[in-house]
Amino acid sequence: MQIILNGKEHQLAGPVPVEALLKDLGQDGGRLVVELNATIINQELYSATMLKEGDILEVVRLVGGG
Amino acid sequence: MEENINMLKPLMIAGRQIKSRLLLGTGKFPNSQVMADALEASGAEIVTVALRRVEFDNPQDDIISHVDQKRYLLLPNTSGARDAGEAVRIARLARAASGWNWLKLEVTPEPNFLLPDPIETLKAAEILLKDGFVVLPYINADPILAKRLQEAGCAAVMPLGSPIGSGRGIRTADQIRIIIQQATAPVVVDAGLGLPSHVCQAFELGADAVLVNTAVAVAEDPVKMARAFRLAVEASLAGIEAGPAPESDDASASSPLTGFLR
Repeated sequence: MQIILNGKEHQLAGPVPVEALLKDLGQDGGRLVVELNATIINQELYSATMLKEGDILEVVRLVGGG
Repeated sequence: MEENINMLKPLMIAGRQIKSRLLLGTGKFPNSQVMADALEASGAEIVTVALRRVEFDNPQDDIISHVDQKRYLLLPNTSGARDAGEAVRIARLARAASGWNWLKLEVTPEPNFLLPDPIETLKAAEILLKDGFVVLPYINADPILAKRLQEAGCAAVMPLGSPIGSGRGIRTADQIRIIIQQATAPVVVDAGLGLPSHVCQAFELGADAVLVNTAVAVAEDPVKMARAFRLAVEASLAGIEAGPAPESDDASASSPLTGFLR
């Protein structure tokens, strides 16, 4: 199964919740924001939100900037 | 010097009293510790941050964790947005990331000069204001646009002195003066300020505040430069409070001229 993660193709073994993907990527989710198909996902819903084929996921955070 | 009475009152943005008239950006610092020390040395209260994709293959220091959010007000920007739609999307992500609704709106479609798109900026501001954001737009020094954005409800306007990161100082003085004359919200001179003397020029024009990033972050000694900018703000304020001597076209001797060797 394939999703688009931060603009790049990303393979998943099958449908997994957002929380599991973040854990696999070494992210605890603490200071991140996740947008799934252009909708922001509340952190409390990471475990209940299942990813499916073709989903577009953006994982962003604050960085230094002017 | 009449315009400068702004400096003698506390700076209020969106009903909130802001302690420092120097806003500092957090980009381009050599590391988090230098950034944190520079923030401290600058005396800034409002600090800008950006939003970026997490790079999973290239884990980086979480620079924002070094910004004490009990002390500093985060002002996320929409850098990278090329049109109103992207700006609104980035704004909503930034609000989720920062936990609050203040926003530096910037829409810069063209990468060489990073000049802000006035039409997309106004469009995005109108959407974001309806959505409950406190919007501080980064704009070219265009008095009509500044007026329109204030009428729409923006909490401040942030005209540029010269292009972002150029350090060329205030090349838009005449336009900024008009913006200040017409202002109904604070005017923050943003972008292009490269030296402490540029800060003094901004306040002498009557600006309410300044925003600096590159000039501090890229200096050989960013902490010392942060302090220099803080002192420039303090010097400007003290000079205005002190009541400058009037300007005159003719000379006026500072030493007594009578009765010596004549």
